[in-house]
Amino acid sequence: MSVLYTFLIIGKNDNPLYEIEFPSSSQKKESTYINQYILHSSLDIVEEHVWKSNNMYLKIIDKYNKYNISSYVTAGQIKLMLLHEKKDEDPIRSFFTEVHDIYLKYLLNPFYTFNTPITSPTFDARVRKLGAKYFF
Amino acid sequence: MGTDVFNKVEKINSELFTLTYGALVTQLIKDYEDIEQVNIKLEQMGYNIGIRLIEEFLAKSNIGRCADFMETAEVIAKVGFKMFLGVTATVIDQDPDKREFHLILDDNPLIDFVELPEQYKHKLYYSNILCGVIRGALEMVQMKVKCTFMKCTLSDETSSDIKVVLEEVLSDMIPVGYD
Repeated sequence: MSVLYTFLIIGKNDNPLYEIEFPSSSQKKESTYINQYILHSSLDIVEEHVWKSNNMYLKIIDKYNKYNISSYVTAGQIKLMLLHEKKDEDPIRSFFTEVHDIYLKYLLNPFYTFNTPITSPTFDARVRKLGAKYFF
Repeated sequence: MGTDVFNKVEKINSELFTLTYGALVTQLIKDYEDIEQVNIKLEQMGYNIGIRLIEEFLAKSNIGRCADFMETAEVIAKVGFKMFLGVTATVIDQDPDKREFHLILDDNPLIDFVELPEQYKHKLYYSNILCGVIRGALEMVQMKVKCTFMKCTLSDETSSDIKVVLEEVLSDMIPVGYD
């Protein structure tokens, strides 16, 4: 079974902060790395879209074969990227908004430094819950 | 009782408060690099706050002298915490000699948003400043106490537990040559 969704958080200087796949696969398959590679290759297009839109949610910004890439850029230039096959905008928009929300809460933790990788298990658990809520 | 006083005192934004305290703790960790030292410093800072705060507390709350140490415990938990932090604590495990009690904090505005990194768990007592405040305040009213954090929710324990032990009651000092 192929991975349906790959979600990445990319920092200000295009550094990876967080990655997750839905549904979560126990062992790393080669395809998941390819998905991340595809997402990273779309970063330049995100930069273009950021200046064209007033919204944080940029919708589908890129396509790669059967995959669509959606993006959401926060005010601090943190990029939330999602690779998906199905084109259903509404759940993706809600997913992004809610992840943004928990990201903001996490940012208030004095032990987390802005623009560094997110290692917290609580954050991870919350994102997983959101993924389960919107994509399955 | 505590609620009345709480309504009287000035309020600040709780996020500002929480973030300021968070910045303070992380800066201390950076400066001292030793968690034990950070705990001690936080306690000392609290002490300095406590010896001032007691004045404000007595002025605003109109509370008179407590009959015994257990009444003191209740006043701290129900009025003191309510007045300055907007939450109340529960007093448990009072010992029969009336020299020791535990304060259980169900809700602590200092630790909103905070997640301790693994390496600090069970070492750093993030809210240790509270111990200092209690010690400082009680010392100003002739009670020398020892105040320690027993448990902390940030280290994955069930509740935040502060132990307060009465060491001695300082006698009211009579100025030299006054009789």
